[in-house]
Parts: sequence; structure tokens; C-alpha cells
Amino acid sequence: MAEANQTVWTRKDLIGIADLSRGEIELVLDTAPQFVAVSQRASGIKKVPLLQGRLVVTWFHEPSTRTRSSFELAAKRLSADTLAIASSTSSSVKGETLHDTLANIEAMRADIIVLRHGCAGAPHLLAAGHASHIVNAGDGRHEHPTQALLDCFTMRDSLRRRLGNPEASLDGLKVAIVGDVEHSRVARSDIHALKKLGAEVVLCGPSTLIPRGVEQMGVTVTHKLREALADADVVYSLRIQLERQAKALFPSLREYIKLFRIDAETLKFAPDHAIVMHPGPINRDLELSTEVADGPRSVILQQVTNGVAIRMAVMHLLANSAAARA
Amino acid sequence: MDRQAMAATVRSMALAIADANPEVGSLVLLGILRRGRPLADRLAALIGEVTGTTPPVGSLSTTMYRDDVRAGGAVPAHKGHTHFDFNVDGRTVLLVDDVLAAGRTIRAAMDEVMDYGRPRRIQLACLVDRGGRELPIQADYLGYSIATGPGEWVYVRLNELDGEDAVLLQCGGEPVEPEQEGA
Repeated sequence: MAEANQTVWTRKDLIGIADLSRGEIELVLDTAPQFVAVSQRASGIKKVPLLQGRLVVTWFHEPSTRTRSSFELAAKRLSADTLAIASSTSSSVKGETLHDTLANIEAMRADIIVLRHGCAGAPHLLAAGHASHIVNAGDGRHEHPTQALLDCFTMRDSLRRRLGNPEASLDGLKVAIVGDVEHSRVARSDIHALKKLGAEVVLCGPSTLIPRGVEQMGVTVTHKLREALADADVVYSLRIQLERQAKALFPSLREYIKLFRIDAETLKFAPDHAIVMHPGPINRDLELSTEVADGPRSVILQQVTNGVAIRMAVMHLLANSAAARA
Repeated sequence: MDRQAMAATVRSMALAIADANPEVGSLVLLGILRRGRPLADRLAALIGEVTGTTPPVGSLSTTMYRDDVRAGGAVPAHKGHTHFDFNVDGRTVLLVDDVLAAGRTIRAAMDEVMDYGRPRRIQLACLVDRGGRELPIQADYLGYSIATGPGEWVYVRLNELDGEDAVLLQCGGEPVEPEQEGA
């Protein structure tokens, strides 16, 4: 059995991976397995009473099915009450400020507020002035911390199974992130987390979709898929945001498919043990072929399953830590 | 208590359990992590020797059911997970722990077991009862009883985890292994 992580959780909020230490990231990853076990109970009740009587509000200003339902399910499995607020139904459309809306939510005695917002920095702005625990569920192009945590957990779990070593860490793991890095808050959070955990990160995509100067984050960049996938333990495909294609950031979808799609042929560039990941939703046959997305090396659905456990761990640590209350 | 004394105590507990549960086939043991699990393994093996039927054993981590966590106590450390591959419905569940004190761990354990099903009955076996109960809970099978006062702590050390079998009493000072004091 792994030794207990000595890190103590002291944060009121989870805003970004950039703020976290390696110990804090590992504390979340080490806390999650007990919540995986809760969700996997073959018989009995898939719930624990850790947030019994608490109110978790999911407040989403952008469309989301996967992340919001994952947080809601996580809250319910912790026995919390949940309240969903969508931007289309909130008073923000009537001109109410974020602070005022949050003050009203807090007046209903919300304990945890899970916020998704199109503007980078919105969760940070709110966390500073309010007592509720704020969890960033994606802010603009900035960060999506729980996605990065579930990604790292899935990579570590897969690595540990493959090696048969329950102590294996991500140190030295090579992760190839392929696709639209420029617009991806998932990629940004993943890079922060993977670098802090000692992994090697290679970014691959059209030059218009790789941010300039990203090498300063300690990653390498290539525009050749074959190079990116060589020796990669993890092939992480990002979603092409078709809604942004109006800006013509690459010549054509056909060309993107030819150069950057992960399919059975291109996956041969990677070692046999490499796993395939994607944050979803997938544009099938654009970023990933169906054969690969549904294939034996895909852990995409495990990412979804692990996402619930990671969000349970995060909300538990935020709301139940004595240190966080001090 | 040394190795021989502990072996004799655990054997007499196993005999009492076997005697009180003639339908050994319906008995399952859940060892409360961490030291309850090796104790449960020992008891199951001894019950098997006596009756010819070794009951199945699982592990129970009560960290997510503790009332002090919800009261803002320490976040549970990584001490292993609940794991058992049998159904508790209609069976006799024997909870096994090393030290019985406040009774809050056992209350948490009962809550957790109930989330897995509806046992016919739940029994409790503890190696040491050190007193200081905060809830009306008592062991059905008990090795030793020690009335401890303020500043006195009981530690059980087991060969499987600690390299020796012993029960130690610490008088004065801060507890050096607080994880055993939540019982």
C-alpha cells in the first residue's frame, strides 16, 4: 500500500493547476481511488455521507453536458444537495453582475459553487470576494483543472496497471498532445499538471493552433505527427473547435485529417502500449477515427468514469478540510 | 501482551465466534482497516480450523463515514479502501477491529455495511477495549479490557504490519499513533 501523502489541503478554492504544488496534485490523485470504489459498488448504495446536508451549485455560463453532469453526479454521490443554474436561465441575462448573482446564490447557503465561464479569470474574481468554495469548471482559454486531474489520474492508473506497480508515478512518462492547443484550456491545465508530475510533453498540431512561446512551459513542439507519437506512452487528442473554423486556422478539414488525425495507421507510429485519450466531445473521424476512439487502446470512457471520482475528491477536500476552513 | 498471549487470546476469540455461530456458512468477516484486517484473517483461519469452514474476509475503511470528518476534522489519510467480494444480505457480518474506544469507528462501520445491503445481524470482535465510550456500543467478542485514563494510549502491533505481535500501553505524552485512537 502506498504511504500516506503528507500534504495537507489548505485551499478554499480550486481555480487552476498552475497554483497547485506537486504534493497537492498527488493528494487529489491519491484521494480519488476510494471514490472510484464507491462508484464501482456492485451492490448497495453508490453514495457516501461526506457532504451530507451541503449544497453544491453548478453554475454554467457555457454549454456543457459532460462536465456539469460529472460534477452533479459527484455531488450526489457525496450525499450533497445540488442546484443547477444555467446562464440562459439566470439573471445575468438581465444584466446582473457575477458578484451579485453569486451573493444571491450564497444567500441560499451554498457551500460549493462550480463555475464555468467564458471569461478567463471569472472564478478567481469570485473566489477572492466570497466565502463559498469555488471550483473552476473551465474559464475561457485559461484552465480546466479537474479535467487535468482526471487525465493525470487516468494516465497514472493505466500506467500502474500496465506495469503491475501500484507505486508507479508519471515521472518520465511521454505524453503527446495533438490538435488545437491554442484554444484549449484542457491542454493548458494538462501541461501544468504533467510538468509538475515529471512527465515529458510534446505538442503537435498546425502551427496556427500551437500558441507562440509555449516552449517556455517546458514542452517541445512538432508539426509532424510521426515525431510526436514516437515513444509516446500517451496519445492525447484534443477537440477541433469547429465553431472556430470560420477563422480558417488551417486550410481544410481534409488536410487536418491527413496530417493530424489519430487513426489505426498513424497510431502505428506510437509504441504498442500507448493509450489514447480525448477530453470529449469527439468529432468522430476528424480528430480520432471511430476505430481508434472505440478501440482497445482508448481510455476515453475511463476518463469519464474517473472524472466523477476526481470531482468527488476535490469537493471533499475543499469542503471537509479543517485547514481549508481556518 | 506478547506474541504468545496474543495468539492465545485470538484463538479463544475464534472459538467463541465459532461457538456462537453454528451456521458458519452465513458468517462473513470485515476487518476495519488497518489492523482489523489482519486480525480478521487470523480469526477466519482459526474458525476454519475449528469448524472446517473458513468464512470469507473483506476490508472496511470507515474514513468516509466518520462523523468527525463532516465536523471539519482532518481529511482522511490514504489508508486503503473498502473491498470485499461477497454479498452481506441476510448474512452475519462480524466486524473486527483492534482497539475499541469511543465507539465512533464502529458506528461508522455499521453505517457503511448498511449501505452495502441488509445483514441478518452484525457482531463485533475487538482485541482490546480501552474504555472511554461515547456511543452505546460493546464488543460481542473481546480479547482484553483495559480501563485507560486521560493521557493513556493503547497500541496494537501486528506481525503482518508492524513486524511483531504486541499490545502496548503508553502513559503520558501525546499519542504517537493517533490513527488507532479514533475507535
